[in-house]
Amino acid sequence: MKSVGTMLAVAAVLGFSASASAQTLNAVKQRGSLICGVTQGLPGFSSPDDRGNWTGIDVDFCRALAAAILNDPNKVKFTPLSTKDRFTALQSGEIDVLSRNSTWTLARDTSLGLNFAAINYYDGQGFMVRKALKINSALELSGASVCTQTGTTTELNLADYFRANKMKYEVLALATADETIKAYDAGRCDVFTTDVSQLYAEKLKLTNANDHIILPEVISKEPLGPVVRHGDDQWFDIVKWTHFAMVNAEELGVSSKTIDEALKSDKPDIRRLVGTEGNLGEQLGLTKDWVVRIVKAVGNYGEVFERNVGSGSKLGIARGLNNLWTKGGIQYAPPIR
Amino acid sequence: MAISGAADARPARAAFYNDPKVRGIFYQLVLFVVVLWLGYEFVINARDNLRAAKIATGLGFLDNTAGFSINQTLIPYTESDTYGRVFVIGLLNTLLVAAIGIVLATVLGFIVGISRLSPNWLLQRLAGAYVELIRNLPLLFQILFWYLAVLGALPGPRQSISLLGEVFINNRGMIIPRPVFAEGSGIVLAAFALAVVASIGLRVWARRRQEATGQQFPVLRTSLALVVGATFVALVATGFPITFEKPELRGFNFAGGLRVIPEFVALLIALVTYTAAFIAEIVRAGILAVSRGQTEAAYSLGLRPGQALRLVIVPQALRVIIPPLTSQYLNLTKNSSLAVAIGYPDLFAVFAGTTLNQTGQAIEIIAITMAVYLTISLVTSLAMNLYNARVRLVER
Repeated sequence: MKSVGTMLAVAAVLGFSASASAQTLNAVKQRGSLICGVTQGLPGFSSPDDRGNWTGIDVDFCRALAAAILNDPNKVKFTPLSTKDRFTALQSGEIDVLSRNSTWTLARDTSLGLNFAAINYYDGQGFMVRKALKINSALELSGASVCTQTGTTTELNLADYFRANKMKYEVLALATADETIKAYDAGRCDVFTTDVSQLYAEKLKLTNANDHIILPEVISKEPLGPVVRHGDDQWFDIVKWTHFAMVNAEELGVSSKTIDEALKSDKPDIRRLVGTEGNLGEQLGLTKDWVVRIVKAVGNYGEVFERNVGSGSKLGIARGLNNLWTKGGIQYAPPIR
Repeated sequence: MAISGAADARPARAAFYNDPKVRGIFYQLVLFVVVLWLGYEFVINARDNLRAAKIATGLGFLDNTAGFSINQTLIPYTESDTYGRVFVIGLLNTLLVAAIGIVLATVLGFIVGISRLSPNWLLQRLAGAYVELIRNLPLLFQILFWYLAVLGALPGPRQSISLLGEVFINNRGMIIPRPVFAEGSGIVLAAFALAVVASIGLRVWARRRQEATGQQFPVLRTSLALVVGATFVALVATGFPITFEKPELRGFNFAGGLRVIPEFVALLIALVTYTAAFIAEIVRAGILAVSRGQTEAAYSLGLRPGQALRLVIVPQALRVIIPPLTSQYLNLTKNSSLAVAIGYPDLFAVFAGTTLNQTGQAIEIIAITMAVYLTISLVTSLAMNLYNARVRLVER
């Protein structure tokens, strides 16, 4: 199946149409829906719930984008992609935006022909092991078998970390997150490694979640965020500012509950945010009330975080680095003015 | 012997454009030009699109550092090696599973195929059930089944199954002692090789003698004695230079020794059993294609059933078997790319998978991978065709 995906993508790149400068915004408006690349199922980030609705922080980002452009958060078509196929799918124009906990690196930003629009989750790589092994630190992992997903920065960080600490290891690289966690659960590996947020999410899938612990070390920087193709700056701006709008809304105290009061507010920065003053949304190619649409659809950044991965979810991850810069985190958005 | 009668009644020549030969050449030329043009357009268009999207192109990435690890490498490899080396490792892993798979599938396929024709009712039905079960289930499913069966049935490293304290089996694989070659091992290996060559010579000589005089010679027993004897004598003479490094449980898993990873075992079992089911049917068809009279003639010459099969029936059946057998070998090789489902690091997984994802050079990598599978298939075909030419019926 993966091979078919790759071949299709190659065929699409080879195809006769698909000029790279095509206006993605117009394409989305004409189609009446946004095509958004997501994971094949990662609780908290993008996974279908028991009724088949996609939920998660990355899914809500796509919904926010659809709300801003099409005024309907449900006009999104989700395309589940493996780590292996995700960038090819974006390059070839199969999807409009990739919102799939992808790490921003220099190589991906340049030679893959992609642009990372923003960072909607600051993550780092960690390790999970069985409690029975009585291991307290990643530095005790020499000689271990490690399960990881292929084609990720995780695979490279893992190699760097063990090399730097002169430890031996055996890697088992599998194609999907599900296969990886299954191999770990079956005892093929001693260690399961991926981004910490994902460790919490995957832990829920294990037979006995309580028999496993996540080690304290965080061995890498994993800034995750939405990605677009090179060559369409307007689309790049829209994706980027959709995230900034959500962060700014939280900073200004505008949430899905307070949005109606915000529309009556006389504070200049809130008036600019909700479009009662100026025409900032139109400068982006959207409407004046674009932020109102976003906040009404999914809420501000803080609401999205808490609902999907934070205290309101099964994962229960603390805000930590992802708190606003005013509250000890590093989520910081340029001003809307 | 002159031909009498002038050729004055020659039919009128048609216009050249109505000549079927000329037309044929014309259409072929048109097709050729169209294909060339299409290919050219594809290449130019892909290049322009990639350039417009500012995606790096070219084969320069093969010299970049890979930075990831691979858990089965037939040649030395570290994370600081290049993508070029990753390609070689993936290719070797593919060739390893394909080569071993082809040999085992052939053996198993012949056994099952012949069993299906056995007069023994139980054996015949068992072989029939095997073929019908295995060849009617999807291969990917079988690979996953074997992988989960292998992993599920085996204990963790600390509870390893031990065979004589030398070989250990657990869910990390099978660990066997690693031979360590000290000084003088060269002589032992040379003696072994010499004995093998001598055995082959003996076989040729025995066959010639049998053809000339009808006398038989016990080739198998003599060869075995020769190989074992020569190797042992060399071992004693050099003072046993080949020792074995015993695997030891240290930390998470066994250290030392050679390890066969479970992914390899699962993939190999699945490929072998699946392909063998098809080969069995081919073998059965080939044997049934040899007329019954040949068997009867062989029996009336006084040959035992085993001899009749080996000397009369199988050689004739081979003529029917070889061509479809070739395509089964090609299938096995191509099917080995399903390894990606269980994380066996074959060419498709580490090169068209991980490397493609890390570098983003989709077109180059897919093209290289396609070229490699094509080459492997063509070489296999060529070898089988040469063999086919040898076993072809020689008509006098």
